[in-house]
Amino acid sequence: MSAALEHAQWTELIGVNQYDHIIGSGIVVLFLILVSLKVRAKTTGDSSLIPSSKFSLSNLFEFLTLDFLLKLLTDIFGTEEKAKKYLPLLGGSFFFIFFSNLLGVFPGFYPATQNLNSTLACATVIFVTYNYMGFKEHGVGYLKHFMGPVIYLAPLMIIIEVISHLVRPASLSLRLFWNMTGDHLVLQIFSNLTPYVVPAIFIGLGVFVSFLQAFIFTILSSIYISLSTSHDH
Amino acid sequence: MRNFSLFAFSMLAVMFLLSPEVYAAASGDAVSGLALGAGLGIGIAAAGGAIAQGKTMDAALNAIGRNPGAAGQIQTPMIIGLALIESLVIYALAITFLLQSKI
Repeated sequence: MSAALEHAQWTELIGVNQYDHIIGSGIVVLFLILVSLKVRAKTTGDSSLIPSSKFSLSNLFEFLTLDFLLKLLTDIFGTEEKAKKYLPLLGGSFFFIFFSNLLGVFPGFYPATQNLNSTLACATVIFVTYNYMGFKEHGVGYLKHFMGPVIYLAPLMIIIEVISHLVRPASLSLRLFWNMTGDHLVLQIFSNLTPYVVPAIFIGLGVFVSFLQAFIFTILSSIYISLSTSHDH
Repeated sequence: MRNFSLFAFSMLAVMFLLSPEVYAAASGDAVSGLALGAGLGIGIAAAGGAIAQGKTMDAALNAIGRNPGAAGQIQTPMIIGLALIESLVIYALAITFLLQSKI
């Protein structure tokens, strides 16, 4: 990559520069574990029946998970029971990608999703999951999805379907990686041009794009899973 | 009259494109070819992406105007569509970066 993509990081002070994406994802996972423990303590204790009145972090997480994610997945999967089955994986990937992207908005930190390895790992997990769920649901008949509508078109359709299935994790990972990199690069360029007020707009754009990319990743993953486990033929 | 002016404009455009300056740049170093490819690639991709997103917004805003109560249900697929179109532009941006790093 060109020199325009490098930037100063806090981990340069300690000197562990090559492992910065591991440190970035470690920070995000630690943050998510701590917040989950706090939310669980709030919702399974004595005060679980009365929701808290002010806008705290645990309220934000409850809202994001129950009102937003569960409703979204119920719309895509059809029934709430199927949505709850896949909510751990998809909700976990949403929160991980969202907070990893947000870490990149802070100056000096290196988000895990700004490295192709992390995004490819997330996309590979989704790829393996939806194929595995397809095999579990349909048995060997899952391979009939690749054969197209009529049997004598099968040799052509198998090639087309295999290519389009292989493109799915590639497009998921590349979309996430290049959105984060391009956004960070635009922020860098505009900070070089006008150091004072204008970069604030791009930081706002960064927050919006972080949320949007996590949302798109989750929706596309849930669409792939629901397509491979659907029974409409 | 309009057809004639369209024809004249296209002739001028072809003469500009086939002019010796453009030929000299293309047969220069490989560097100028890479730079031209990088610049034009992302430019054309951004133009195509902008046209497609404009059509998306046109349809979505018309639908919200006809049925303001369904605005929430129109907005979610609109955002998904915009992000998917933008991802195609981002693929072109990736190629531009890869070309530009070779200069």
